[in-house]
Amino acid sequence: MGVLDSREPQGPLANKWTNHKNEIDLVNPANKRNIDIIIVGTGLAGGSAAATLAELGYNVKTFCYQDSPRRAHSIAAQGGVNAAKNYQGDGDSVYRLFYDTVKGGDYRSRESNVYRLAEVSTNIIDQCVAQGVPFAREYGGLLDNRSFGGVLVSRTFYAKGQTGQQLLLGAYAAMNRQIQRGKIKSYTRHEMLDLVLVDGKARGIIARDLVSGEIERHSAHAVVLATGGYGNLFFLSTYCMGANVMAAWKAHKKGAFFANPCFTQIHPTCIPVSGDHQSKLTLMSESLRNDGRIWVPKRLEDAQAIREGKLKPTQLGEEERDYYLERRYPAFGNLVPRDVASRAAKERCDAGFGVNKTGEAVYLDFSAAIMRYGREKALTSGMKDVDDNTIRELGEKIVEAKYGNLFQMYEKIVDENPYKTPMMIYPAVHYTMGGLWVDYNLQTTIPGCYAAGEANFSDHGANRLGASALMQGLADGYFVLPYTIGDYLSDDIRTGPIPTDSPEFDAAEKNVTDRLQKLMSGTGIHSVDYYHKKLGKIMWNKCGMSRNAKELKEAIKEIAELRKDFWENVKIPGRPDSKNQELEKAGRVADFLELGELFAKDALERNESCGGHFREEYQTPEGEALRDDENFKFVSAWEYMGEPNDAKLHKEDLVYENIKVKTRSYK
Amino acid sequence: MSGLIKSSIARKVVMALSGLFLVIFLVLHVTINFASVIAPEFFNEASHFMGYNPLVQYLMQPILIIGVIVHFVMGFVLEIQNRNARGVGYVKYKGSANAPWVSRNMIYSGLVILAFLGLHFYDFWIHEMTYKYIQANPEDPTRYYAETVEKFAPFWRTIIYIVSFVLLSLHLWHGFSSSFQSMGVNNKYTPAIKTFTKLFAVVVPLAFAFIALYHHLNPITH
Amino acid sequence: MKLYLKIWRQKNASTKGQMVDYTLNGVESDMSFLEMLDILNEELISKGEEPVEFDHDCREGICGTCSLMINGRPHGPDSMITVCQLHMRSFNDGDEIVIEPWRAKAFPVIKDLIVDRTAFDRIQQAGGYISVNTSGRPVDANAIPIEKDMADKSFNAATCIGCGACVAACKNASAMLFTSAKVSQFALLPQGQVEAAERVENMVRQMDLEGFGNCTNTGACEIECPKGISLENIARMNREYLFASVKG
Ligand SMILES: Cc1cc2nc3c(=O)[nH]c(=O)nc-3n(C[C@H](O)[C@H](O)[C@H](O)COP(=O)(O)OP(=O)(O)OC[C@H]3O[C@@H](n4cnc5c(N)ncnc54)[C@H](O)[C@@H]3O)c2cc1C
Ligand code: HEM
Ligand code: SF4
Ligand code: FES
Repeated sequence: MGVLDSREPQGPLANKWTNHKNEIDLVNPANKRNIDIIIVGTGLAGGSAAATLAELGYNVKTFCYQDSPRRAHSIAAQGGVNAAKNYQGDGDSVYRLFYDTVKGGDYRSRESNVYRLAEVSTNIIDQCVAQGVPFAREYGGLLDNRSFGGVLVSRTFYAKGQTGQQLLLGAYAAMNRQIQRGKIKSYTRHEMLDLVLVDGKARGIIARDLVSGEIERHSAHAVVLATGGYGNLFFLSTYCMGANVMAAWKAHKKGAFFANPCFTQIHPTCIPVSGDHQSKLTLMSESLRNDGRIWVPKRLEDAQAIREGKLKPTQLGEEERDYYLERRYPAFGNLVPRDVASRAAKERCDAGFGVNKTGEAVYLDFSAAIMRYGREKALTSGMKDVDDNTIRELGEKIVEAKYGNLFQMYEKIVDENPYKTPMMIYPAVHYTMGGLWVDYNLQTTIPGCYAAGEANFSDHGANRLGASALMQGLADGYFVLPYTIGDYLSDDIRTGPIPTDSPEFDAAEKNVTDRLQKLMSGTGIHSVDYYHKKLGKIMWNKCGMSRNAKELKEAIKEIAELRKDFWENVKIPGRPDSKNQELEKAGRVADFLELGELFAKDALERNESCGGHFREEYQTPEGEALRDDENFKFVSAWEYMGEPNDAKLHKEDLVYENIKVKTRSYK
Repeated sequence: MSGLIKSSIARKVVMALSGLFLVIFLVLHVTINFASVIAPEFFNEASHFMGYNPLVQYLMQPILIIGVIVHFVMGFVLEIQNRNARGVGYVKYKGSANAPWVSRNMIYSGLVILAFLGLHFYDFWIHEMTYKYIQANPEDPTRYYAETVEKFAPFWRTIIYIVSFVLLSLHLWHGFSSSFQSMGVNNKYTPAIKTFTKLFAVVVPLAFAFIALYHHLNPITH
Repeated sequence: MKLYLKIWRQKNASTKGQMVDYTLNGVESDMSFLEMLDILNEELISKGEEPVEFDHDCREGICGTCSLMINGRPHGPDSMITVCQLHMRSFNDGDEIVIEPWRAKAFPVIKDLIVDRTAFDRIQQAGGYISVNTSGRPVDANAIPIEKDMADKSFNAATCIGCGACVAACKNASAMLFTSAKVSQFALLPQGQVEAAERVENMVRQMDLEGFGNCTNTGACEIECPKGISLENIARMNREYLFASVKG
């Protein structure tokens, strides 16, 4: 095991979590009052953890860079949250959810963690309903479900296209209750700039008040990082503009191992890029693949004519269209996992079948679903001899009820009516499976520093299934961390408050102010965004949907050069001791410029294709990913050694005792 | 309970209740006034009853006066608070894009009505008080019709009355249905309430205006 | 296209601000409004000037961070969207665009176009939750069937993104639409009934303390709300409040 002790409990898989909870140390309620916990991040993971820990009696401080905890990017999740409730009676079970998740992750996740996730998933739904989260319901008053990619059951709970919003508001409400009780102190518009270690333990953070520019010290007995994913490394992504890796990266530099940085999810259904001015990409929820069919023209000439605006997609007949997912993967069709769907789209577009000006878009077509729903509606409402137009109208209403907000979003951005003409979509960076390495207790390799939600690497292996991130965030925050953190904190009941005037805090603060000064002293002419866009281009072209050794090596070199240029030249107007959005951005991009290099290095070292990591050198003759279980069935955990490129690799071997490792097939 | 007096919602409800009370009063008022056009004798009788019945004089009249005062004082309070709530004003503010003029200018329509009420008080109430208590004239149940018609002889007064009724119409156009919303009524009857409001806001002030104009155009010839 | 921008610039909460004119070339109709501002900022930075600060994060109309008064209307001329979803195709070459922050006493300006909306958080802290323990073991989710219609109504109220456009639009800077959406969301569900009276009283009290204006039912909020939150919610809150106060 070496330095990486995953602390997986012994015993049969199904009992591990229960046994573990029985065995770990607890802190008695009176003592909890003497213990402080810092939680950075107020998304689903951080918000739910904060609420629960405060409710248990700990003194909690939360931090987020937005102006309100409720605005964390979890708010943007659209499609839904999984849980093995088996309300539909379609054969779902904890085991099946566990199995689907491990398989979907292409056998690169830790069995015991995933099983626990599946196990507590059902509690999430109970909890959220009790809290008043308005999930979609059927006419009978019971909860409704939909299905997501990579699975054969309907286990996704949803609230129209705003599931993340509703879940986050639930967690935020639970936080509010504790804020009102004085158990949570919420620091908004605050950014964590460094982690403070005292005697090798995480004991606090240095934060910047983004309004006044003041640097603050906050101490605690443990620090939880729930700061989300790092997909903004690519500049263009479905993340919010402020998403960053700062907190995780600072922890990494202080000793927390960074796991699988190259495991990134590129989501197949996003609105395509329209031009250089583009600042972000918008997701069209995967739930659309329940009803939308993906296609490109069969003939190259047709694709060309469409690109030139001479032909309309609606003019092409069925036999002139290539429903390539249905063709290649008859069993799962349009509902193959994301990595597979994304690569297939890229393959078609690279082959010249793309359908927008840039040649990087495919169609997502609802006309069949509209007619199907319309006919059903006409039948159930006893209408006879209805013409196609009426059927279409009826069907459009039903599609609107299901996806109205997504269609509206699309129409506002693209200026085309998706009820009448197929949507255009293209893959975009959406989620990062990689993150801080954590053990079964969600503790990083720094004692007292925990990571939850997207910020850790724990459950999704090399590819995440749809609707599983919300599940994981809430599982970590509501049901896992509150237990496991007690195991560590039970040693701290007599420690007393951690002082912030120690040499460790002095040093950390100096480090932070020096760095801000250095950022402000750039002498060039280019803005932060200029560098960020450049980095994004390198990442997308060389570390994106498909990768090869040559380009990865180039990427490593180019990123290092760009980083040097950035530190010498980036231009930041204003002052560090006041509100300064450019400075905020600069700090984030500076970290991306380091992480990007590690990312490429990780991708280069992993000589196999698995999940979202596709190495061109390792593929089957049909172009499917070729995994190498013999040599790469491990988690790469990187230890910081100075420059990103010097990072040292530690391997956590993955052992599958309850699942047969197979080649993933969705055919 | 204390919230009921201090909170913004309570102030709204006071506004709505006093407004509705005035609306009911208007109905009564317009009915009696209309009699002056079609049945002067009845008008005289009704006016006399109103002027000398102790219940009306010592209970209803004070309530009405208090109602008016509560309504406009609360109107001023709300207006002042609302202006303060903005702080720095907008350089460009397009109120017309999202709210009807009448709803945004209740204070102005209200102020015109208030000014009118001043004149109206002077014309009729002060006159009555002087007649009854200062000059201590004897009861005369037949004088009202003639006095009323005479009031509308001057062109300027008639015009002021008519303009005020237009403003009253605007005030009611928003105010009547709005008071239901303030009291928490917004349901399947709301469209009906809104339609009725519009009808009411046109018909009642129109009737008032008609009466004024009618008397102006049909003076009593001696 | 070429645009003439008039933008509110203010260093911080304690200094006075003023409108500043900028001319911007090369704007394309495919750009979002915020991308247009990004370009302006790039220009300003390259000239060594401080960029215009404005709040934004998700840029897809859901986080509720973006908040600009554009030509006198919150979130600009289009309806049912936030500023970040507004595209330049809603404007024409040569247009003058006036950009201001939300204006309300309860939303003080922090810098340029950024305002402090923590008043909204405090209103929710005052009671915008159901008091169940997150670490407890609640009953099975399907043990509480909820009429679809009610669940949908509650959901509709719950889609409020807390952007504050209702306050910005209202001539009285009233926060009734926001607060009522939050009250309604719970009032419509069986889970929310137990604390309904207390909740509405506490939230309204906090709303008043923050210094928002009084509602005069102009309906501007409903028109400008990017999520279509209905005035019915305000009526519901008034009703709930009256019942709660009468009950004592
Ligand atoms: C458009 C979109 C749609 C999605 N749809 C789905 C879906 O349908 N189903 C699903 O399961 N998953 C979905 N996901 C994924 C899922 O939403 C995220 O993985 C998940 O919400 C992450 O939650 P989190 O709590 O880990 O982090 P976040 O919600 O991202 O929160 C991060 C928090 O950290 C704070 N923070 C970050 N850095 C700092 C710092 N340095 N200092 C202080 N605070 C900091 C932020 O302020 C924020 O509060 C979607 C993701 C996107 C982008
Ligand atoms: C016959 C006279 C009047 C009638 C019938 C009347 C009626 C009403 C009604 C029904 C409302 C709606 C209340 C609500 O929205 O809840 C209202 C509002 C209002 N009234 Fe009057 N009113 C009269 C006179 C006045 C006067 C003299 C003023 C003095 C300034 C005034 C000022 C206002 C204001 C400012 C409002 C808006 C307040 C709000 O909507 O909350 N009104 N009125
Ligand atoms: S009610 Fe509408 S306008 Fe007001 S904060 Fe909520 S979403 Fe924004
Ligand atoms: S930036 Fe999130 S709603 Fe506009």
